[in-house]
Amino acid sequence: MMKKSLLGALALGLATSTSAFAQTEIQWWHAMTGANNDVVNKLAEEFNASQKDYKVVVSYKGQYADTLNAGIAAFRAGNAPHILQVFEVGTATMMGARGAIKPVQEMMKEAGEKFDPNAYLPAITGYYSTAKGEMLSMPFNSSSMVMWINKDELKKAGVAEIPKTWPQVFEAGKKLKAAGHDTCGFSNAWASWANVEQFSAWHNIPMATKANGLDGFDTEMKFNSPAHVKHLQNLVDLQKDKTYDYSGRDSKSEGRFTSGECAIFLTSSGFYGNVKANAKFDWANAPMPYYPDIQGAPQNSIIGGASLWVMGGKKADEYKGVAKFFTFLSDTDRQAKLHQESGYLPITKAAYEKTKASGFYEKNPALQMALIELTNKEPTENSRGLRFGNMVQIRDVISEEIEAALAGQKPAKDALDTAVTRSNQILRQFERTVR
Amino acid sequence: MEKRAHISGWTLPLLLILPQMAITVIFFYWPASQAIWQSFLREDAFGLASEFVGFENYVSLFEQPEYYRAMVTTAIFSSLVAFFSLACALLLATQADKNIRGGQAFKTFLIWPYAVAPAIAGVLWLFMFHPTLGTLSKPIKAIGIDWNPMLNANHAMTLLVLSATWKQISYNFLFFLAGLQAIPKSVIEAAAIDGAGPLRRFWTVIFPLLSPTTFFLLVVNIVYVFFDTFGIIDAVTGGGPAGQTTTLVYKVYADGRLGGDLGGSAAQSVILMIIVIALTAIQFRYVERKVQY
Amino acid sequence: MVENRPFAQFMAYLTLALGVVIVAFPVYLAVMASTFDTATIINGNMPLVPGDQAGENYTRTLLYGGMHARQPVGGMMLNSMIMALGIAIGKILISILSAFAVVYFKFPFRKTAFWIIFITLMLPVEVRIYPTYKIVADLGLLDTYTGLVMPLIASATGTLLFRQFFMTIPDELLEASKIDGAGAFRFFKDTLLPLSMTTIAALFVIQFIYGWNQYLWPLLITTKSSMQTIVIGIKMMITTTDALTEWNVAMTTAVLAMLPPVLVVIFMQRLFVKGLVETEK
Repeated sequence: MMKKSLLGALALGLATSTSAFAQTEIQWWHAMTGANNDVVNKLAEEFNASQKDYKVVVSYKGQYADTLNAGIAAFRAGNAPHILQVFEVGTATMMGARGAIKPVQEMMKEAGEKFDPNAYLPAITGYYSTAKGEMLSMPFNSSSMVMWINKDELKKAGVAEIPKTWPQVFEAGKKLKAAGHDTCGFSNAWASWANVEQFSAWHNIPMATKANGLDGFDTEMKFNSPAHVKHLQNLVDLQKDKTYDYSGRDSKSEGRFTSGECAIFLTSSGFYGNVKANAKFDWANAPMPYYPDIQGAPQNSIIGGASLWVMGGKKADEYKGVAKFFTFLSDTDRQAKLHQESGYLPITKAAYEKTKASGFYEKNPALQMALIELTNKEPTENSRGLRFGNMVQIRDVISEEIEAALAGQKPAKDALDTAVTRSNQILRQFERTVR
Repeated sequence: MEKRAHISGWTLPLLLILPQMAITVIFFYWPASQAIWQSFLREDAFGLASEFVGFENYVSLFEQPEYYRAMVTTAIFSSLVAFFSLACALLLATQADKNIRGGQAFKTFLIWPYAVAPAIAGVLWLFMFHPTLGTLSKPIKAIGIDWNPMLNANHAMTLLVLSATWKQISYNFLFFLAGLQAIPKSVIEAAAIDGAGPLRRFWTVIFPLLSPTTFFLLVVNIVYVFFDTFGIIDAVTGGGPAGQTTTLVYKVYADGRLGGDLGGSAAQSVILMIIVIALTAIQFRYVERKVQY
Repeated sequence: MVENRPFAQFMAYLTLALGVVIVAFPVYLAVMASTFDTATIINGNMPLVPGDQAGENYTRTLLYGGMHARQPVGGMMLNSMIMALGIAIGKILISILSAFAVVYFKFPFRKTAFWIIFITLMLPVEVRIYPTYKIVADLGLLDTYTGLVMPLIASATGTLLFRQFFMTIPDELLEASKIDGAGAFRFFKDTLLPLSMTTIAALFVIQFIYGWNQYLWPLLITTKSSMQTIVIGIKMMITTTDALTEWNVAMTTAVLAMLPPVLVVIFMQRLFVKGLVETEK
């Protein structure tokens, strides 16, 4: 009896004590799995412990696509979260929905939170800003594409130096193949991201008009240029004897690198954690290769990953909480720590400088590679970022046509021409819906 | 098909059917009607602006060569999967129905795969059949096949048929088994006394008695391959290589993903629905006549 | 009993054994994967015999919930259980009643009613998922078990199955029951229900597993971590982009998550046998 009433009183006490605080809840829907899921949970916990007025509640909503779908469905049903994590290819979709989102810069200003857009790394925020430079969403996890190298195998095959250019990679691939890597000389994940999107930026050639869509939704695809065709044709030729071997549209085949099968492998810099844990050989990463005969190459790479979008139609007080949380996220020490622990790129200049100064990169050069690529040169309109509506569908189309070429169904030129035509149809479709 | 004998009264049946009707109307017809309405609209992902476009979504669909290719792919894929999953399950069920030692264990192991969540099944297929990393790819390569579902359309289709069939065998097996066990043993014994061999006994006595189950499974399997396979396709081939394993339902899913082409995707679902309703109506009209109740 | 020829016996064993080897192989592989470390799994070097990490993987998963699973596995299991039971029982209940009505009664619009229900076979949840979400939200059922269960039982498979089964029951049984002076309710309870036991058991197994394995729907309509299901928990451990995945823990959890459905299968087989006995009497 005693026990029961005591428990009852305790429960009552707890109930009243929480209602007395009247915390404002901030919903954050995300797509982070594995170790990154931990990071999200920890950030929310730390923020909640750091102040009393707001409580960030995290909710895992599946993979990137599932999360965005959930956000869209929730918005249409009138209960969107405050913060929605959206992958980089969903940027145009979010931007096109001006009535559904609250631009970050505007929100920060209205909430009276100190905010300087120049404090952020332009190579990263450029992707998420308007042509005028207004920041629309808060970058969260960013990566870029780098070339992963199995140094042991390169040595065995007699490749003295890590290749810098594509012709050198082809040579190295042939040597590796001769040395026993008969199923894969070199390869890459993310077929479209590697061979079209990053390729264009890195060589300073337009993937599409209107600064790759940043200047308007009436952009038109141009990735069937001679340089693009030449590169794909090279891959097609090398695919025949598997000096190059296709590894699919996504990252599912990344195990080909850690298992030692492919000694040269282009994929995301975010692959770091996996390599560190599972590659049982001497490895390194290097900048993406380029064609030396293309003028201006290498330019700079573009980012991948995801950013945090603030959804529209919430109360001013709630936005205040979101703004506080973003300030908390952008804190130099926190960013530097996040970067060094998780392998995400830092989003502020100060955090990058701090990490540099601390000598961290001397011990962990692999974590700096993506930053070196991103800041290699001042971004041009070909390398600032991409903004295509229905990018997910466009990526499918590009990958499909690359596959058709690699399978020998059509010449490289035909494949890219078809991909451009089909992508343009998708772009026009999108343009008509956002008008 | 109708029963000769009936129970009279009509308030009771209406009450009995009411729960299902209510749930069906609220959670099926209401959303489905919205999907149909959507097929006549052009809309952005967030539904901020929408415009009535009549049949434009349908027209532009039939202008795409990819759509016709998806139709052909669907026809091939569905007939293969429906046939193999029914045939294998029937064979296994008839054997498991025999009174043999360890029968229970066999039954459990045959139903077990159904318990693998589709979310995990996709990963397992990757573990098995990834061109170079897959556990089973090595033996396949060892016998001289240059296994590569990432670029070879036939390999990709084989892999897909295999995984979709696999997913459905346990389901069919279970219902065949239930159907077989409902057949009175006396009927089979009578046939055995008449001197009919096991094979003849199966085709002349058991199979006809099983026909209501078979008919049920045929309908359900057709619906399964048409609609429920997009998850497997997404996990195993992603519609590739070069779109050659893209079926109609996968196209609905891929085009509508992330609010891409909502109207076009809705139009595709409507067409898909009409196809399946027509197929099922045909089955009820012609196939059900052969069913013995 | 029908004859027991050794050859037929042998063939039965051979077919079943072969069937099990092929059909259950992926399950076997999952179990094997739960006995290795991550590097072995993702590097594609996994042998087909168990590895030496089983103890480590299972203790870690059970005791610490892996490195990343913050939500207690028990709570997720409970949610999955409630959802799966709700779907299985709910669906059996509504479909056996409506099939009974459609087969054994003559009432106005009977055929129409049958087709209205039946057409729901044609459009699975996934295709109408976003409009359905809106309706569930409008009804205030987000983050509730009702919202999780209801839309998933709005389909006709059960009704069709029971209809098919009722059609095979000889008319004489109904006539006999009528002569005995039994009403509709007693006929249903004393005659139909016992005869339907195997069918009910089969449907229960299928629906339970179907419910247990749902991913997209619970993901969409639940936001509270207290409402999360085990399949979502597993997906949270498996990743396709960037982050390091502890495949060993993920596979171990996947194997553990398979156990409740398998227990249901084994348990229902007893009902199967019972149903069998009853039909034979």
